[in-house]
Amino acid sequence: MRDALLSVHDFSVTYDVDPPVEAVKHVTLELRRGEILGLAGESGCGKTTLAYGVQRLLKAPAVITSGSVVFHDASGEDVEVDRLDAEQMRRFRWDKVSMVFQGAMNALNPVAPIGAQLEDVFVVHRPQMSRAERREAVAELLEIVKVGRQRARSFPHELSGGMRQRVMIAMALALRPQLMVMDEPTTALDVLVQREILRQISQLRHEFGFTVVFITHDLPLLLEISDRIAIMREGEIVELDTAERIWTNPQDDYTKTLLSSFPRLTGERGVVVR
Amino acid sequence: MTTDLRTQPAADLHAAPAPRPTTTARSRLGSAFAMFRNRKSITGLVILGFFVLVALLADVIAPFSPTQVDSTARLQPPSGAHWLGTTHLGEDVLSQVIYGTRGVIVVGFLAAIMATVIAVVVGVIAGYLRGWRSESLSALTNVFLVIPGLPLIIIVASMFNNPPLVVIAAVLGLTGWAWGARVLRAQTMSLRNRDFVQAARANGEPLHRIIGNEMLPNLMALIAASFVGTVTAAILGLTTLSYIGVIPVNTYNWGTILNWAGAQGAFRQNQWWWFLPPGLCIAAIGVALSLINFGIDEYVNPRLRSAGERARAMRKRGLDVNDPVTAVRPTAVRPVTTDRESITTTSPAASTTEGPR
Amino acid sequence: MTAVQPQPQPEPPVRDALEVGTTATTTVQGHSRVPWRFLAGRAAFYLFTLWAAITINFFLPRMMKGDAVDQYLSRNRNVSPEAAEALRALLGLDTDASLLQQYVDYWGLLLRGDLGVSLLHGLRPVTEVISQALPWTVGLVGFATIVSFAIGTIGGAVVGWRRGSRLDGLIPVTTFLSTIPYFWLGLLAIAVFSVNLGWFPIGKAYGVGMTPALSAEFIGQVIRHGTLPAATIVIASLGGWMLGMRNMMLTVLDEDYVMVAQAKGMPNRRVLWRYAARNAVLPQIQSFALSIGFIVGGTIVMEMVFSYPGVGKLLLDATNAKDYALMQGVFLVITLSVLVANILADVAYAFLDPRTRQTEA
Repeated sequence: MRDALLSVHDFSVTYDVDPPVEAVKHVTLELRRGEILGLAGESGCGKTTLAYGVQRLLKAPAVITSGSVVFHDASGEDVEVDRLDAEQMRRFRWDKVSMVFQGAMNALNPVAPIGAQLEDVFVVHRPQMSRAERREAVAELLEIVKVGRQRARSFPHELSGGMRQRVMIAMALALRPQLMVMDEPTTALDVLVQREILRQISQLRHEFGFTVVFITHDLPLLLEISDRIAIMREGEIVELDTAERIWTNPQDDYTKTLLSSFPRLTGERGVVVR
Repeated sequence: MTTDLRTQPAADLHAAPAPRPTTTARSRLGSAFAMFRNRKSITGLVILGFFVLVALLADVIAPFSPTQVDSTARLQPPSGAHWLGTTHLGEDVLSQVIYGTRGVIVVGFLAAIMATVIAVVVGVIAGYLRGWRSESLSALTNVFLVIPGLPLIIIVASMFNNPPLVVIAAVLGLTGWAWGARVLRAQTMSLRNRDFVQAARANGEPLHRIIGNEMLPNLMALIAASFVGTVTAAILGLTTLSYIGVIPVNTYNWGTILNWAGAQGAFRQNQWWWFLPPGLCIAAIGVALSLINFGIDEYVNPRLRSAGERARAMRKRGLDVNDPVTAVRPTAVRPVTTDRESITTTSPAASTTEGPR
Repeated sequence: MTAVQPQPQPEPPVRDALEVGTTATTTVQGHSRVPWRFLAGRAAFYLFTLWAAITINFFLPRMMKGDAVDQYLSRNRNVSPEAAEALRALLGLDTDASLLQQYVDYWGLLLRGDLGVSLLHGLRPVTEVISQALPWTVGLVGFATIVSFAIGTIGGAVVGWRRGSRLDGLIPVTTFLSTIPYFWLGLLAIAVFSVNLGWFPIGKAYGVGMTPALSAEFIGQVIRHGTLPAATIVIASLGGWMLGMRNMMLTVLDEDYVMVAQAKGMPNRRVLWRYAARNAVLPQIQSFALSIGFIVGGTIVMEMVFSYPGVGKLLLDATNAKDYALMQGVFLVITLSVLVANILADVAYAFLDPRTRQTEA
């Protein structure tokens, strides 16, 4: 198995409107197998566009205008994501790369029980499974994320925000993907629940060994949980380094600005001065 | 958070909130009618205006009096003398249709005005108040909504011997306000919780100012749509009732013309010049009103307008809005980076993918 | 220095809030399989509406001018004493009793199922006359409306899904068709298909001289006679459903759960029907419930145009003949039918939308 999981090379995304907006500009980065990569930056910096773009989840008028995205499967095969057709893309999705979305408030279908929404994934991607096997797989997933198998018949509006987010995580985990992209998964939750979710993600990672791309504007959070952090600004990656080095020895001015805008909990009054 | 609160001058803490942008009456009027400034609404308004003109100028335009009988020219197909032919008595169909426009326009608008006034009063008050008052108004509205209108009108209309247009309009209006009231109540309820209304209440503005100045401008689009819809319903109701014969046939409207045509068997005898024009006129005015409402709809819910337009604009650029997979469209030649192992190819072979049909 | 912890800390031995459980982790809302609260609320409303309709029905003949009523009375020479009594109570001919007493008597009659006798139909009980006509109306209109709703909703879902495609052109076409007055469309249909082309018979529910029976021939006739009226209703009402569904689809397609479904790799068909349309149809059902009253109006006209022996035609004939008892009875039955249809639609909605089953406020 290669050390690299995802090779993004000279990747650009433009929104084809009047005038065109270059949301991601010639980004090159290599995602290592098993790491947690944080994507940080202010609103509109392109971190979401980048993460969605490499999965080709963006809708028109977004267009990939340059570059390549290669997924190095655990089986040794290389998948050129930008060359897949629609049907291949559909099969690739969720199986190799899955996502946990922000604000599970509305991310679950309100009229279907969550068990059915989890089973959906198996029905489409693992058609050879029998109904009993699917049920058992769903129950197992719900147990793993500590929602409980008896909740399979519940509807989304019956669950609290934290539980819904855990259901989303279970859903993302269903096919044991190699990469999970998490788009601000804890932003809409209160801090206690946030911590619980993060603990869960960490534990699942240790158990299942998937790679994580974690998108958030909350840099201190990334400093705590990520292996490497990529700071983005106006569509470009301005700094990419380990969390430790970003904190102790930031190179780019923008990184320094970001780091200095967080207030401290301890010590003297005032902001963190680097 | 870079300044210490303690050091802020006290005056700043009591600074007045930013004043609301002042709007002149004229600009408010202009923005209130913005809903009409799109192609669909304008087309509809033009057609409607045409009919209104015809109604107003009937005496001038019509070649004959509608009751003028020419016994030598009965049941004639269209000719130079009678553009739309003649009826079984020799009356000119075109004149009848022209004069018929009056009844339709008058009753339609009158009924709609009455219904809309009631709908606004009931709906807005029901939406603004809380508790049992709101609930009981809502129950009243729903009752009128459920009780079938046409049978009720038929029965009521049959009790009058020769109802004047105003009475007919009143009956139509009184049975048609419920839908608009319901919509307005829902919208008022959601508006009530908005910040600017809360601010007005906190400022102690009197009720009539809150409703009149704050809420009504926001409700204008809905009120307009409701009005237009009621005109359509009233016109359809009037012509239907006239055709059935429940409303006595001494007034002219397109429905009564069809009544006579039907009674004389025009439909079975292929006297198309008699029964086609009135029906087409009803349809035409219906289309005009629908267009106006489409225009208002798109103004209120920009998604409706932009969805189709955006999709078509995208198609022109070769993109499919419904494609769940991002299109790949490499632009021109880009600088080739040589130090990395070339996983990618620089070929433009990557084509736009189309979603599965 | 702030405390930066790039490594996760080992679990603290102290039980913290997370162990005990925050409100976020333990909040659970109960639900029941049957949406009782919702249905109970609606039931209360419908009872109130029923009462209102019956009361309106009570006042209707009493609003008529006095001499019309006297004429009616004078025409009823052959009426049996009990029937005359019932008519008095129904129509307010008995001016001795107080209004309240009349109201009570009226309710008594209704609960006994007595709606008086029909002058127009040989003094037969009104209930009998109506019960002969009702199945025709319910059958034809029910069938046509359901077909129209189904086609319109499914069509609207497809048009909304493929926004910006050529299918968009369907909307103005169908909307135009629904602005054409019902009765005119029906008359045109007769003129074209019955008179000129001779494909369908001109009116009525079955051939002249046939008696209703459950035979193949009779059913065949019913279908033949019913095609044109049913088709007219479907064509005229299609536009409204299609437009409403398409508009709802456009709103739903922007929701997060549709995007998530596509991210999950769901095939388009699944996303369209199980995620998007399934949600968009809910307001459609609500508006269906509300428009039943209007549908009934169109039915009456259609029955007149096609001489279809349903309650609509009954009402019109009664109106023309000033058969007040029959008019009153038909209005009551029509209102009751609308109420029942409303209730059914509401029940369907309650079961389709799981959010109505919340037991907690």
